Amino acid sequence: MKLIVSAFSSGVIFGLGLAVSEMTDPARVTGFLDLAGAWDPTLVFVMGGALLISLPGFALILRRPRPLLGAEFMRPTKKDIDARLVGGAAIFGVGWGLSGFCPGPAIAALSTLSPAVVLFVAAMIAGQWLASRAQLRFGMKVPKSFDDE
Amino acid sequence: MAQGNIVGGIVGGALIGIASLLLLALNGRIAGVSGILAGITSGGAGDRSWRAAFVAGLIVGAGIYALAGGGLPLHLQARGSLLIVAGLLVGVGTRVGSGCTSGHGICGLARLSPRSLVATLTFMIVAIATVYLSRYVFS
Repeated sequence: MKLIVSAFSSGVIFGLGLAVSEMTDPARVTGFLDLAGAWDPTLVFVMGGALLISLPGFALILRRPRPLLGAEFMRPTKKDIDARLVGGAAIFGVGWGLSGFCPGPAIAALSTLSPAVVLFVAAMIAGQWLASRAQLRFGMKVPKSFDDE
Repeated sequence: MAQGNIVGGIVGGALIGIASLLLLALNGRIAGVSGILAGITSGGAGDRSWRAAFVAGLIVGAGIYALAGGGLPLHLQARGSLLIVAGLLVGVGTRVGSGCTSGHGICGLARLSPRSLVATLTFMIVAIATVYLSRYVFS
């Protein structure tokens, strides 16, 4: 139960951050990606603000033997830079550029109750499910933890 | 240059950083939204509730900001079938590439992971090229 409350709290703060920085607005994101147009620097400050906290914070936290509530730190173990990593990131980049939505902001933007956002998130979940199925079908190793990286 | 939301960007970014620290310090998990989401549909049964709680929190957090009068502007960049295709690509790409803007871009870079650096540079460059092509070449 504690793990659910802490995950929910983290999600609330994360969603608040996405709203405050207006990353939930796809125009802010495509404005950053459009180098040839009226370039919008907001995303640089969002990434900078986040890394300012997460860089020193991760180093300090990962010195501890275990998390405060969970059993162990689930650290991504993969080390190889391969075609899957680069190809997947490229496919994600096309979808991100076309829509201005990446997973976090799209989910947070569900709070606007916009049917278009619901459609995008449904397609995104379908895409994830299809990719997991296809990877299993072709005998590829799918990480059990489903954590990123 | 467009009017950037500098203060909102830094404050919002710091909140995202704090949220990722909380999830790591308390649950021992990486705050990568695509991976957390994927685990709800494909993960083990005992592992689903914290993931669903985090995802619900994202919606509630943004909703609280809107209810408090912050406003959530939404200027869609794609509609209809293009939006569906974009959603599918984001879903497939984040699974095959094991992460998105949060998992690779914020948590991965914070862990100084070379994989995450390569992934972040790749999706940034491809997204910039996609916006250029869709706005200036195939518009």
